[in-house]
Amino acid sequence: MSEMKKIKNLKEFSTSADRFEGANLLCPGCAHSIIVREILNATNDPLILSASTGCLEVCTAVYPYTSWDASWIHIGFENSSTAIAGAEAMYKTLKRKDRLPESCKGKSPKFVAFGGDGATYDIGFQWISGCFERGHDMMYVCLDNEVYANTGGQRSSATPIGASTTTSPAGRVSYGEKMNKKDMVQIMAAHGSPYVAQVAPNKWKDMIKKIQKGFATEGPVYINAMSACTTEWKFAPDDTIAVSDLAVDSLVFPLYEIENGTKLTITYRPKNKIPVRDYLGAQGRFKHLFKPEYEYLIDEWQKRVDDYWEYLQRREEAGV
Amino acid sequence: MAEKMELNEMEVWDGNMAASQALRQAQVDVVAAYPITPSTPIVQNYGSFLANGYIDGEFVMVESEHAAMSGCVGAAAAGGRVATATSSQGFALMAEVLYQASGMRLPIVLTVVNRALAAPLNVNGDHSDMYLGRDSGWIQLDAFNSQQAYDLTLMAFRIGEDHNVRLPVMVHQDGFITSHTAENVRPLSDDEAYEFVGDYKPMNAMLDLAKPVTYGVQTEEDWHFEHKARQHADLMTKVFGKVEEVFDAFAEKTGRKYNIVEEYLMDDAEVAIVALGTTVETAEMVAKMMREEGIKAGVVAPRLFRPWPYEQIKKALSKVKAVACLDRSSPNGALGALYNEVTASLYQSDNHPVITNYIYGLGGRDFTIDHAKEIFKELDANAKEGRPTTPLQQFVGLRGPKLSFY
Repeated sequence: MSEMKKIKNLKEFSTSADRFEGANLLCPGCAHSIIVREILNATNDPLILSASTGCLEVCTAVYPYTSWDASWIHIGFENSSTAIAGAEAMYKTLKRKDRLPESCKGKSPKFVAFGGDGATYDIGFQWISGCFERGHDMMYVCLDNEVYANTGGQRSSATPIGASTTTSPAGRVSYGEKMNKKDMVQIMAAHGSPYVAQVAPNKWKDMIKKIQKGFATEGPVYINAMSACTTEWKFAPDDTIAVSDLAVDSLVFPLYEIENGTKLTITYRPKNKIPVRDYLGAQGRFKHLFKPEYEYLIDEWQKRVDDYWEYLQRREEAGV
Repeated sequence: MAEKMELNEMEVWDGNMAASQALRQAQVDVVAAYPITPSTPIVQNYGSFLANGYIDGEFVMVESEHAAMSGCVGAAAAGGRVATATSSQGFALMAEVLYQASGMRLPIVLTVVNRALAAPLNVNGDHSDMYLGRDSGWIQLDAFNSQQAYDLTLMAFRIGEDHNVRLPVMVHQDGFITSHTAENVRPLSDDEAYEFVGDYKPMNAMLDLAKPVTYGVQTEEDWHFEHKARQHADLMTKVFGKVEEVFDAFAEKTGRKYNIVEEYLMDDAEVAIVALGTTVETAEMVAKMMREEGIKAGVVAPRLFRPWPYEQIKKALSKVKAVACLDRSSPNGALGALYNEVTASLYQSDNHPVITNYIYGLGGRDFTIDHAKEIFKELDANAKEGRPTTPLQQFVGLRGPKLSFY
């Protein structure tokens, strides 16, 4: 049976047996690999994994190689959720019929699906919704880098307003993306999921706690993981953690969790809240916003972040 | 443990019930499905079996056909017996994942109740969905009535799950004409049926924790071709023998003998109709009638549509003088698929009959005895003249001006 893995410090954590190998083709400084390792290392239980088409998939399973030392499946762009739900259904049947492979008997494998924000917010949205409504015992992790990074940086419905992407470029008469980011965390909570959380790899203790809580939860768990993208957010590869710190300390990515669809808890309160402007200024994708004619967008953004933080705090206080 | 169902020696089942009973008896581990006319009753019947204790596998009612096949792929890769059902638009929505299932060599069984493809929207039977699947890398078996839908569904598991084959299998039946027509069906008992299908023997199961596997890799110009070629080669070389072996084993058990290509009155036939689905039975009836009028008529029906039985078709048509290929799908800018396959099969043969193409029955339009008689008469004229006496492609039973090409 499963038992919670004890993680005392970062060194102990980072030297856990790797089921996700460093031998992969992800960009230097890509947060995906940090997130995936943090999730896989959070448990000693066996893992059955899936991934949607995207950066993680194309960089980790190029025949005849694989970076995965755990069973892993990729079908298409939209269905990593349903692929792992199918595997979970098979596990339940074989357990009931006492036909599990010998190596799996008495074990509690965890079923985890990964997808980028394009695969999650856009093309795979229906599949995820279906899996959560049906209550499969699985974890869905969105590697949210707010863009279709694998195909060259097109906008998704996770792309924030004002970002310049290859399909919402900033130009002579445009400030880039026009739409606000879809609030996927709240949408998944509204499914009545027993556990939904937003995490960031730089806040690893907070993240591990949430992942372990997710693994201990029966039913569909949604994790929205901020994944700073050196290539498309346009910052130096060695600044991934620094940019991630700006994201959580400016509260652009607030860290919180929602249990059973309603009980909201803020899990990280920055000691020194920094201006959104500092977060935006660290990334090339927002460079154009600092022209005088677009400065108002930065002010609007600050207000949006402040309002949302206020909203989260009120919900936490009210316990709803 | 699922309860056994007591069945009569003779049941009155429609094609949908026949297919659902076969799925139940095969003790499928995971069915992930989504309802669509006219295959909905397969899913409903299965749900009812489950509700009454006759199923101990998982039944996952997903939110679309794409998800149905996605769940099936995940479940099959995990390592167990998997099946589902669909038709038409649902089949089209699944199309992406059909290729994934065969490419990953997962022996899923898909019962397809054939139906037209929109637009315009139509719920009735034709073979548009069946033809859509023909390049997807699945084995395609075709049932002409309810008994066959039952028999072939049982056999499909044994064919696809063989470790030498490892390919998914579709079992087709005609929408409404088969799926909703109650007929006499002689089932096997639950024990006999399961014994025939056999236990599922996992291979490369994701749940074998001692041997982790990676499914669904990326290959580009370096390896993609080799993977596809291997899959094609296995379809071309490993399926026919296995199908024959399973057909023989089934005949031994039930006395019902199936053939890769079914032949009716072909020993001395001079003219032949080649068709699929329920039309085969109509054509057979009419072939017999034509004999009374002095036309040596016969019928050839591919039981296996993919892989295409090139040699068997060549042999079945080795003596005829005129052939009509009946396609129940709009070719949309070409000659019919059956016409093209049959013509290609005969081009390298010593026999070069006159071959013509009839498009018929789209969207459930009736194909009548008179239609079949007319075709046989035209074939007779072609045989006598040694050349086509009609246009190469004609439309049967279409209102308005006669439509024909070439």
